[in-house]
Amino acid sequence: MPATRLSDVSTVACIFFIFLVPLAAAGLTLMNVGLGRSRSAGHMMMASLCSLAVAALAYFACGFAWQGFIGSTAHVFNVSGKSWNWIAAEPLFFRKLTFDGSTASLAALFQIFCVGIAALIPLGSGADRWRLRAICLSTALLAALTYPLFAHWVWGGGWLAQLGVNYGIGRGFLDVGGAGSIQALGGLTALGITWILGPRRGKYSADGMAPAIPGHNAVLVLFGCALALVGWIGLNSAGAILFTGGEPSGSALIAINTMLAASISALTGALITKVRFGKPDASLTANGWVGGLVASSASCAFIRPIEAVVIGAVAGAVIIFSVELFELRMEVDDPGGSISVHAVGGIWGILALGMFGQFERPVLNVAGDSVPAAMNAITSNQWLAQLIGVATLLGFVLPLTYGVNRLLNRFTPYRVSVEGERQGMDLHELGAGAYPEFVTHTDEFLPR
Amino acid sequence: MNAVGFLMLVAGWFLVLAAIVLFASPPLRTAFVLAGIAVETLGLILVFRSHLIPREEKR
Repeated sequence: MPATRLSDVSTVACIFFIFLVPLAAAGLTLMNVGLGRSRSAGHMMMASLCSLAVAALAYFACGFAWQGFIGSTAHVFNVSGKSWNWIAAEPLFFRKLTFDGSTASLAALFQIFCVGIAALIPLGSGADRWRLRAICLSTALLAALTYPLFAHWVWGGGWLAQLGVNYGIGRGFLDVGGAGSIQALGGLTALGITWILGPRRGKYSADGMAPAIPGHNAVLVLFGCALALVGWIGLNSAGAILFTGGEPSGSALIAINTMLAASISALTGALITKVRFGKPDASLTANGWVGGLVASSASCAFIRPIEAVVIGAVAGAVIIFSVELFELRMEVDDPGGSISVHAVGGIWGILALGMFGQFERPVLNVAGDSVPAAMNAITSNQWLAQLIGVATLLGFVLPLTYGVNRLLNRFTPYRVSVEGERQGMDLHELGAGAYPEFVTHTDEFLPR
Repeated sequence: MNAVGFLMLVAGWFLVLAAIVLFASPPLRTAFVLAGIAVETLGLILVFRSHLIPREEKR
């Protein structure tokens, strides 16, 4: 069981890394704004801020109580003599937490930022048509229900983390920096919401064409990528210390792996788009960059740099083709590329840990006094544990998030009216545009 | 088709859970987990197909 209190060095390092995490949220926000239309830019910024606020409050109210941390009190049921830890049983409103540098208080601090990042991901997919009130309600559901439940299973010593101890399946499901519990969960939520919202008007025409609706500000998008890198280094490093028992000295490897994966992934994206379209595409390169960050998240503490390069290169290629597949074949209108970047990239990251992970130290992801000797072996069924995690994301998280959002959509319609979409979310929902001095392009306001 | 697809997603996940609990032998457990994933994949395909936009609704 990880110590209820980290060493002083680990505590300081962990707090430092956690304080970097909001930069990932800032980066994602800028990307979402830049990849949307100019007439919805202010709305997207406002929605991002509201989303972070609602997520933090909902997580404070009940999210942490249901997620808990490794070793916290939890509801458990027994199946064939094995305990299945399925939900934490902490008091609401952080009531049992003492903010004295304990592992639990650091986990709460870390998670209150992480849940905000997960909540920002669907905003990119619902850009230009998702109403602000619906965004807030959907975020509350994510932060209070979906996220805590899955994150407890992974990071709170839940049944996925216990797969190793209970059934000898690797070291249990592992996810250092949240490729599954933050990114894939957010990406799958984005997919469900995109299905509920439907495509933007004019995206798919009757003649079978799907014209590109380009983002309005490449500078914001690319600056967002740079901010996201710093945030991700914090995310991966803090996650390694808190949820796998890593030492701060391992952070150099984690940062290198994170940087390498993002670099090769972005370059792969640039190269593919250059070869296919004649010029490198800025938005797809940015998607590649973040996709590399996402893919590195699960395994960054357990791989060598050369493996990070391989993981990043595959992520870059898969994400570029996935964006095209979703947009053209599946008719999923995802302006920010969130589904490809976060869901596909996250799932690849999870599987990559099973393929490339090397465990030269005990991994402390469950409560208990000792790690079974079998779990220290270099070779194991880690890939099977990772596969079970992916199956849980697809078979539990996706139906749950789609179901609750669809239910909510019946009471609070998610999609803005036709007139509102034509007018732009800024004017329709906020009453003022983000760029009032800009010349308005009349063709954007013509009926389609 | 949409509901059937989602039911298949959940059914695939239950297959995976059943494999973990019922089979101690690694090959059998692996086979059933893979079968569960296959069912989920079919469910996902159905859900995607159910969300394709009918031609008359494209605008």
